[in-house]
Amino acid sequence: MSDFTSDIWNFYVIGIVVAGIITCIILLWSHGSATFTPGQVTGHKWDETLEEYNNPLPKWWSGLFVLTVVFAIVYLALFPGLGAFGGFLGWTSAEGPNSQWAQETSKAEDALKDTLDAYLAQDLPTLASNSAAMATGKRLFQSYCIQCHASDGKGQPGFPNLTDDNWQFGGEPATIEETIANGRQGVMTPHADLLDAESIKDIANYVLSLSHNPAADANRIIRGQQAFAASDCTNCHGSDAKGSAGVDAAVARAYGAPNLTSGIWLYSSAESTIIEGITNGRQNRMPAWEGFLGKGKVHLLAAYVYSLSH
Amino acid sequence: MSETQTTYNYKVVRQFAVMTVIWGIVGMLVGVIIAAQLVWPELVSANVPEFLAPFLSYGRLRPLHTNAVIFAFGGCALFATSYYCVQRTCHTRLFSDGLAAFTFWFWQIVILLAALSLPMGITTGKEYAELEWPIDILITVVWVVYAVVFFGTIAKRKVQHIYVANWFFGAMIIAVALLHLVNSAEIPVLAAPWWSPRSYSLYAGVQDAMIQWWYGHNAVGFFLTAGFLGMMYYFVPKQAGRPIYSYRLSVVHFWALIFTYMWAGPHHLHYTALPDWTQSIGMLFSLILLAPSWGGMINGIMTLSGAWHKLRDDPILKFLVTSLSFYGMSTFEGPMMSIKSVNALSHYTDWTIGHVHSGALGWVAMVSIGSLYYLLPRLFGRKEMYSVKLITAHFWIATIGVVLYIAALWIAGVMQGLMWRSINPDGTLAYSFVESVKYSYPFWQIRVVGGLLFLVGMLIMAYNMFKTIGAGESEDAPVLAPAAHHA
Repeated sequence: MSDFTSDIWNFYVIGIVVAGIITCIILLWSHGSATFTPGQVTGHKWDETLEEYNNPLPKWWSGLFVLTVVFAIVYLALFPGLGAFGGFLGWTSAEGPNSQWAQETSKAEDALKDTLDAYLAQDLPTLASNSAAMATGKRLFQSYCIQCHASDGKGQPGFPNLTDDNWQFGGEPATIEETIANGRQGVMTPHADLLDAESIKDIANYVLSLSHNPAADANRIIRGQQAFAASDCTNCHGSDAKGSAGVDAAVARAYGAPNLTSGIWLYSSAESTIIEGITNGRQNRMPAWEGFLGKGKVHLLAAYVYSLSH
Repeated sequence: MSETQTTYNYKVVRQFAVMTVIWGIVGMLVGVIIAAQLVWPELVSANVPEFLAPFLSYGRLRPLHTNAVIFAFGGCALFATSYYCVQRTCHTRLFSDGLAAFTFWFWQIVILLAALSLPMGITTGKEYAELEWPIDILITVVWVVYAVVFFGTIAKRKVQHIYVANWFFGAMIIAVALLHLVNSAEIPVLAAPWWSPRSYSLYAGVQDAMIQWWYGHNAVGFFLTAGFLGMMYYFVPKQAGRPIYSYRLSVVHFWALIFTYMWAGPHHLHYTALPDWTQSIGMLFSLILLAPSWGGMINGIMTLSGAWHKLRDDPILKFLVTSLSFYGMSTFEGPMMSIKSVNALSHYTDWTIGHVHSGALGWVAMVSIGSLYYLLPRLFGRKEMYSVKLITAHFWIATIGVVLYIAALWIAGVMQGLMWRSINPDGTLAYSFVESVKYSYPFWQIRVVGGLLFLVGMLIMAYNMFKTIGAGESEDAPVLAPAAHHA
């Protein structure tokens, strides 16, 4: 496919490139054939002492110049450069099925295909105890996952720790694989318009008390418990507040609603952070990887993630 | 003729020359700080009050470093030497003292505005063209006035022929005006507060990238190469006391250089969304650029043939010849790195930074330093610098600094490139990015040492300069009559 919206640009590019190369040759020839008087100055003098010898161009230098020009001409015959003419080799960087990119990626895919196919036939616990599989899985994890989940898999604020047994969407092998393959949307709805600031603070302290956090303000816990029950909190976090690990896990998992009693915090246990979460809500996104990595690599990554907590 | 008409205007040269050293120290100090931040990321943020930390973060200091060394240090060096050279080789005083003074003061204002706005995070995001639109307009005004002073002086010259150094300075002035106007074309956001101007580039997508690197590479080509070749063509034959090796070579390589450089920008965008044909052309003309670039090195170094013994005890000549060696090396390395298969290894690695610094420290800074050591005693009525021994010390400290710097980044760069492309038998990447960072630390430490040495050299130079100024007095040399003998 042409990069040009009209043939005029095609010929413009060809014309200007050819003219450019010809200019280089003319520059060399027109001045290279002048009359020289080696070792003698030209007769011009500036600022008392500045003079110039009338020496010829060094031959090796002219040769080097010609060599690079010849190289350019040959290259333009073989590779793209002269407008829409793609060169006799038919090479492209990324366009079409024979592009360099397509060839190199398919070569890499081919190299891994048999291995991945064999792994696909095994379940995650089996793979997790296969050291060769885990070595590859770890490398995939180090390439694609550590930006959010960190190189030790322990995450960072807003991005879950994958090494514990606390799961927002479920930690069964099939669920982990589905999470990686299709991604997840974690949603905490904002409550700024539903609750006043005092109630939010009460709820935050109640939530802290659920994991026996000593920072919870005893004066607010009872009021917080009532507000928690009266508000929509239990819709996602469940009547036992244990979210995806509790009695209402099925609903909780749809939103990634965490277990509030575990003492494990996605952001932090600071009262201000909890208040911020309840007030403004949270939006979290795990990208879907299957389209980019393919089933085999997703399976292997799921096994590696599984191995982190087993 | 009035009294002032009988002397050269040395005042503006003195001003720019002194500021070259000052801005050199500032720019290189910022360079050492950001080099240290790469090794100790918390270095600055942990040691300044919290409200200051954002202003001194790596991302804001890095453009401050590049702008300071290129446009403040390099720019002042070019102003000083071009004003000196054009008067003396045209055998006439500068076209206008008032306009020349205007370029000095307003260039300093541009530099101060850059030093304020870049740490505040006010940037267009275009490399080496980060300054926002009001500053861009001011740069344009200063540059046009510079052109008027320079070409006005050429126009009233007392000799028929224009000396080769002036071709290069002239080409630099014209090309930089063109590059600046086209690349900085932007639409101001008028709703932005006056103290924090913002703008959008006039171009979009890959075309914006292409224009940016057409600018970026020619900023190297015309500002940092053509301009400093102008410097070389005056100060090397002056200091060596020998004629230029070949007049013909200077003609051919001048036209070939300024013609070919304009094409080379796309090599900054290999393996990107830039069309294949554009990448090829950028690569080919970068290769053709090798011989034209080397023309300047040959003419400079061969000028010394028959006078090699002078290198032994003349530290100024040592600076100038070493700068030409680094120039030859970087202008060989550049075309090689523009070859796509080499670029596939070198791109985005520290090799590029090493390459830039072999040009920036080895060539640009060293030729400027050598020229300034020639210039300063003459501007302040002295026979030579306060201490020639300190020049020699500066030379060795600076040379060791450059060598440490570029060797460390060569190794780091090639290592990074090899690590990034290294593939396991299972098809996965052998190293994660962060591993290449980890392995780069020792080389980044060596880089800090190299940069620090170069900075120490500049401090020695400043001491030597102020001692020279203290012992001398500002006097303007009388305008010389042109040599009479030739037609």
